[in-house]
Amino acid sequence: MNAPEKTNAKDFASSEEVRWCPGCGDYAILKAVTQVLAKVGARRENTVFVSGIGCASRFPYYLETYGFHTIHGRAPAIASGVKLTRPELDVWVVTGDGDGLSIGGNHLLHALRRNIDLNILLFNNEIYGLTKGQYSPTSRLGTRSPSSPGGSFDQPVSPGLFALGSGARFIARGIDTDKSGLGGVLEAAHGFKGASFVEIFQNCIVYNDNVFGAFTDKANAADAQVRVEHGKPLLFGKNGAKGLHLNTATLALEIIDAQARPEAVLVHDETNPVMAQLLLAMQPPQLPVALGVIYRNPAPSYDEAFIANHVTQLKRTKSVADALRDTDTWRVN
Amino acid sequence: MAAWNFIASLTRDAHTPGRRLLVSATGRAASPVASTHRPAGPGRSVEFRRLEINEQPTNDSVVVRFAGDSGDGVQLMGTQFAASTAAAGSDFATFPDYPAEIRAPAGTTFGVSAYQINLGAGPITTAGDAPQVLVAFNPAALKVSLPLVAPNALIVLNTDTFTPRNLSKAGYAEDPRNTGILDGYQVVQIEITRLTAEAVKAFGLSKSDAGRSKNFWALGVLLWMFGRDLESVERWVKQRFAKQETVREANLGALHAGHAYGETAELSAAVPRYQVSPGTFPAGEYRGIRGSEALALGLAAAAELADRSLMFCSYPITPASPLLHRLARLGELGVGVFQAEDEIAAICAALGASYAGAIGVTSSSGPGIALKTEAIGLAINTELPLVIVDSQRGGPSTGLPTKTEQSDLYQAVYGRNADAPVPVLAARSPSDCFDAAIEAVRIAVRHMTPVILLTDGYLANAAEPWKLPDMGKYLPIEANAIPIKEADEDGESVAFRRDARTLGRPWVAPGTPELMHRIGGLEKDIRTGHISYDAENHEQMTQMRAAKVRAVADFIPDQQVTIGPQRGSLAVVGWGSTYGSLYHAVRSMSGHSVSHIHIRHLAPFPNNLGELLGGFERVLVPEMNMGQLSTLLRDKLGLDPIPLTKVAGQPFLVSELQAAIQRELALTDHQSSDASLRRDAV
Repeated sequence: MNAPEKTNAKDFASSEEVRWCPGCGDYAILKAVTQVLAKVGARRENTVFVSGIGCASRFPYYLETYGFHTIHGRAPAIASGVKLTRPELDVWVVTGDGDGLSIGGNHLLHALRRNIDLNILLFNNEIYGLTKGQYSPTSRLGTRSPSSPGGSFDQPVSPGLFALGSGARFIARGIDTDKSGLGGVLEAAHGFKGASFVEIFQNCIVYNDNVFGAFTDKANAADAQVRVEHGKPLLFGKNGAKGLHLNTATLALEIIDAQARPEAVLVHDETNPVMAQLLLAMQPPQLPVALGVIYRNPAPSYDEAFIANHVTQLKRTKSVADALRDTDTWRVN
Repeated sequence: MAAWNFIASLTRDAHTPGRRLLVSATGRAASPVASTHRPAGPGRSVEFRRLEINEQPTNDSVVVRFAGDSGDGVQLMGTQFAASTAAAGSDFATFPDYPAEIRAPAGTTFGVSAYQINLGAGPITTAGDAPQVLVAFNPAALKVSLPLVAPNALIVLNTDTFTPRNLSKAGYAEDPRNTGILDGYQVVQIEITRLTAEAVKAFGLSKSDAGRSKNFWALGVLLWMFGRDLESVERWVKQRFAKQETVREANLGALHAGHAYGETAELSAAVPRYQVSPGTFPAGEYRGIRGSEALALGLAAAAELADRSLMFCSYPITPASPLLHRLARLGELGVGVFQAEDEIAAICAALGASYAGAIGVTSSSGPGIALKTEAIGLAINTELPLVIVDSQRGGPSTGLPTKTEQSDLYQAVYGRNADAPVPVLAARSPSDCFDAAIEAVRIAVRHMTPVILLTDGYLANAAEPWKLPDMGKYLPIEANAIPIKEADEDGESVAFRRDARTLGRPWVAPGTPELMHRIGGLEKDIRTGHISYDAENHEQMTQMRAAKVRAVADFIPDQQVTIGPQRGSLAVVGWGSTYGSLYHAVRSMSGHSVSHIHIRHLAPFPNNLGELLGGFERVLVPEMNMGQLSTLLRDKLGLDPIPLTKVAGQPFLVSELQAAIQRELALTDHQSSDASLRRDAV
């Protein structure tokens, strides 16, 4: 039943009409996801997409898999119930910055620290789109919006650092329109046993257009992005001319000339949480944005432990008729 | 041996002065008193007479209350006394009454934990109005319990705690033993703490640890008083403390010492011994059961009947947590227990489990149910089965976490945004929780809907004997069959093809090939299940959701009259945990035209309920709230019931109900002097 199914990306498109704004980054993400599902041989009936509320959360309607569009912020909790009941299912959670980090922050925290086997995709556009453009918990200071006409003064949360602090064992990043980079990250997330957290920088063309331009625009990409790969030096810039170096005196990353000091360039270790923290905290213009699998450090997953620690591995080995008599009984004749 | 036979009976006699039974501080009894006697107390009399030595006294029923600090082990003592009662074959009903604080400041009245048990030949349906035996471990326990106890009750005091400091903490300006307020009671003073310490000296415990066994010491005395052997308690102690040798031996030592103390000449002379008749039960196999245990087993039984796993997702809250604890130990029945991060996650995980094909159940109390409300709406909209157990407590807000109330009926029936009906039912006794749980799951699966099952703090913790059900007599719980998809269907998904009678849709769980579909909180097309904002479709869907809940009434039994005529002057109508009190009160009114009707299905009501209640001149509705069922009866059936409300955090006393019933009967008699109106009066 779980044998790979021979499909192509189109087989994963449902008959529902897609209703995102023209030019929305979600289209590209949808395409990347269907391609990855086809590539990994996912069986449609064994794949479940669970989402909360928001633009991103419309995602399940557009996939020819099982889908559950739930309520605001609660997708990780509902998905947890699905996974614990049917561990053989491939369960994905689609959420946004408001859904996952504001109203649903608690559930995201607990899903991550439990390391339950869900693929969690957080579409971060740094704005509330579906409610018409209010600032979100990831909006930068000074974001002007209908609810912050003078500019927001709410300190933003970093999704990646939140995940790391929550105890996530898999943290990766991609950009909506970066087909190959995002595809690789999604495939890695799918392959990870445990909670895999993927932050996708997603452009909201209507309310927050080009908010990530500082590192996603073609002109800036080379100098403002570092694509991390386990065991490889952290190089970026034109022809990999720049490298990231750990200043052991300040415990901070700094940019060095990679050609002049190749031995001083930090080598990515995806199992190192301290390095993950440094990489996740990087922001342009001072430092490039880290993309790819930043942290992958497997640990037993909650759904496995749920069964392993269950007295009968969730099987019914005793009848209720017997259980009723697990105490002193007496007979009246 | 001197012994006293108590026959408590409720009469309408006026107060009569009490008479004190003098028992000396050493436990030596004063000389026996007159042969019959009517002591003080509103509306009741107690008769007793002296029995000759060796005469076997028999009691119809006795109400016993244990009270002490919340750290005194009173609940454990009560539970073990109940277990011993069960082993002796008597009928019983219990009422644990404990504070919200785990260890409230010692010696205070708000820290008093009590356990009341009514035992006898039966049928025993309530924990009893007025204790005839009170064991008070400290002055605060005496202070709190004294207003409740019956005239001439036997009061056992732990005198070691009657220190100036404890008396002052309890709010006694003077030692109550010297003020005369204990006149009219039989007071037995025992140095329980000291005698316990003496009994466990051999085990080398510290002074404070030695004192911990005093509940077992006192239990030993009580078991002696009731002529019980120690076997069931011994077995329990050995099992419970199997790995803690010192604690085990100390508790057993205290138990035996207390029992032996009873047999000493002093106490034998002072204290009555009770011989409670065994219950008059129908033939069968019995056990003692608490509401939370019955509920746990009932949910597991429902899953077994449905041949699916039970996934119980919950977040700790008083008084619902005992259900979580119980189910966590029922793994062998295929029960999965997930302790979620909060109330919302708990119901969401349960709904996710239902979506994936398990029997998803969540549980909470009023404040937690409020948090779950949005997810209940999602379950309604996605047409998934789900059971939400609400163990009600006093409110609003945090309210009275450990005290019982029935005030979530509005929340269950009306408490959601939009037109969002759900079936609501209530369990009426500890053992009835078993059948109520099965019924809740059955409705949820048949109609593909969330169902709210109401219990309360009283039901969760109370216990009674239970004739074990024959599992073979329950029908399987079957989901709607998945229709075969025809090749030429235009976009219609079989996942949304509802059964014409139940309006339940097929339960198509992920993993089912070829039937992939999407569900969600958005309104969907009635045929295809696709998102639809179409006005006419929304009207249809709203009507369908209402019709589905109405359809439940076509599958549930007609409302029966529990006791009394089918038509007549007065119907006493209740729901939930007031069953025992109402039944007892109405039964005691034989000779009057009064009937007891207890409603399990609160939404929708049984189809015949309106007609049935219409046959009564007056409808009295006692509830532990401000009249919520009365509102429902007015709203749904156009009736004009008379509310009788109590929101004291305590169950109704039978005497309170009797007084109200008599009041109503007087009015019916007065108003219906026309004989035709009394055609069915008995």
